[in-house]
Amino acid sequence: MASSAKPVYDSASYRVSAISELKELRKYRYLLGQLIRRDILTRYKRSVLGVAWTMLNPLGTMLILTFVFSNFFKSAVPHYPVYILSGLLVWNFFSQGTNAAISGLVWGGSLLKRIYIPSSVFGVSAIGTALVNLILSLVPLVIVMLIDGAPFYWSLLFLPVSILLLTAFTLGFGLFISSLAVFFPDVAEMYQVLLTAWMYLTPIIYPENLISANWMPIYRINPMYWMVKMFRLPIFEGRLPTWGELLPALVWSVGMLVVGWVYFTSKTEEYAYRV
Amino acid sequence: MSELEAQKTQTATAEPIIQLENVSVSYRLPSERIGTFKEYAIRKLQRKIRIEKFWALTDISFQVNRGEVFGVIGNNGAGKSTMLKVISKVLKPTKGRVVVYGKIAPLLELGAGFHPELSGRENVYLNGALLGYSRSEMDAVFDEIVGFSELDQFINSPIRTYSSGMYARLGFAVATAHMPEILILDEILSVGDEAFQKKSRERLQSFQQQGATVLMVSHALDSMIGMCNRIAWIDHGILRQIGEPQDVIAAYRGENL
Repeated sequence: MASSAKPVYDSASYRVSAISELKELRKYRYLLGQLIRRDILTRYKRSVLGVAWTMLNPLGTMLILTFVFSNFFKSAVPHYPVYILSGLLVWNFFSQGTNAAISGLVWGGSLLKRIYIPSSVFGVSAIGTALVNLILSLVPLVIVMLIDGAPFYWSLLFLPVSILLLTAFTLGFGLFISSLAVFFPDVAEMYQVLLTAWMYLTPIIYPENLISANWMPIYRINPMYWMVKMFRLPIFEGRLPTWGELLPALVWSVGMLVVGWVYFTSKTEEYAYRV
Repeated sequence: MSELEAQKTQTATAEPIIQLENVSVSYRLPSERIGTFKEYAIRKLQRKIRIEKFWALTDISFQVNRGEVFGVIGNNGAGKSTMLKVISKVLKPTKGRVVVYGKIAPLLELGAGFHPELSGRENVYLNGALLGYSRSEMDAVFDEIVGFSELDQFINSPIRTYSSGMYARLGFAVATAHMPEILILDEILSVGDEAFQKKSRERLQSFQQQGATVLMVSHALDSMIGMCNRIAWIDHGILRQIGEPQDVIAAYRGENL
């Protein structure tokens, strides 16, 4: 009865672990590319300006915010448009990436129920799409810096590290929240409210020196405070982060990525039953 | 039919390629789904999380041999699709064990995974990627897929402009572009017009001649008699009967008609 051949699949020894999911994701890297491509191509497929909207979108928001808040903050912050835009890019990446991870897993759920696909592929491709958008939106940032006459510093070369830190944190958080959203459908709605509060607790539109000393402890435990700093320092202040500034960002990034990945993969076998 | 009859007798080598040992699968009933944290916390505190289980499959054991065309029949909701999911690694069985000795190509429910705004060409690659193929594997069969689905003129148009028949033809062509060791078919033999149905049947037969194993679920009982080597009848999650197609189908009809 028993075959001597090695089984391709044996449910008794099949366990999804953090390591095995990583290997599966490597095997399905072509799918990863295809999903990112699909998301970028289809988002603006029927619009005339197409992918240009990825750049026009933050530009428009920045213009509005600059117009609305310039009376309050302009004197406090030189090159206020650059200040806003550099923070806004970070925030947009985070909120779009994590939201796409949630909807990606819910959308992918209809496929996960039919065929075998490593479930992390949806979250990872969501962050991948957001990353492409982030890099595209650096173009309007440069344009605004030129128009506003803001200086270009050598410290801009630190940005790839900043992007890496932000991506790791966003991926970890996106996997974690999307996994929760599968088990508790209300999470997706609650998260929108959380995001709004979170954005106002991060110095994106107001200058950091307006934060009162009483509130500082809250900012210090806010990971997005450190992520925004990783971008603002090299773009805006023209210096590299000190170790004291880099360390919290690094700990949050690596920590969140590991926690998110381990949590997500520990629940993988249940998704097909739940979504 | 004589060719088929000949094949049927050929394929009795009895080397197992799929084995199910006492497989049971239970779902939670949707009404028991807990929607909010608050509800969850309250119930957890009150120890009121009763999980009402629905057993979609109960204690199923059988094996499919290499090279067989194996059919599964049963009423709607009997557990046929759940069984295919357990075999194709989508669901892990709640109890029991599934062992598979070959690479499985699942047949996506036709059009699942297609994106309406993308062209037929782009969807071929996307769908292939969902089935686990690489770019070069898809390049190798692309022309063949377009030819088989007869969509040469439309392959660069967005798929939202396709008719449902064109949709289904393309889905079938992508899923069967590479010959798998095990092909899983869930109610898809009624794709397209009669000519296309004939063509898709011929393709399945040629797979079988080359040694592929086919596992199919269908309600088209008469055509299953001709195609299958053996048939299993599932009823309310229980394996009622397994054996020669004529016998099993006669027993099934005796009870249901």
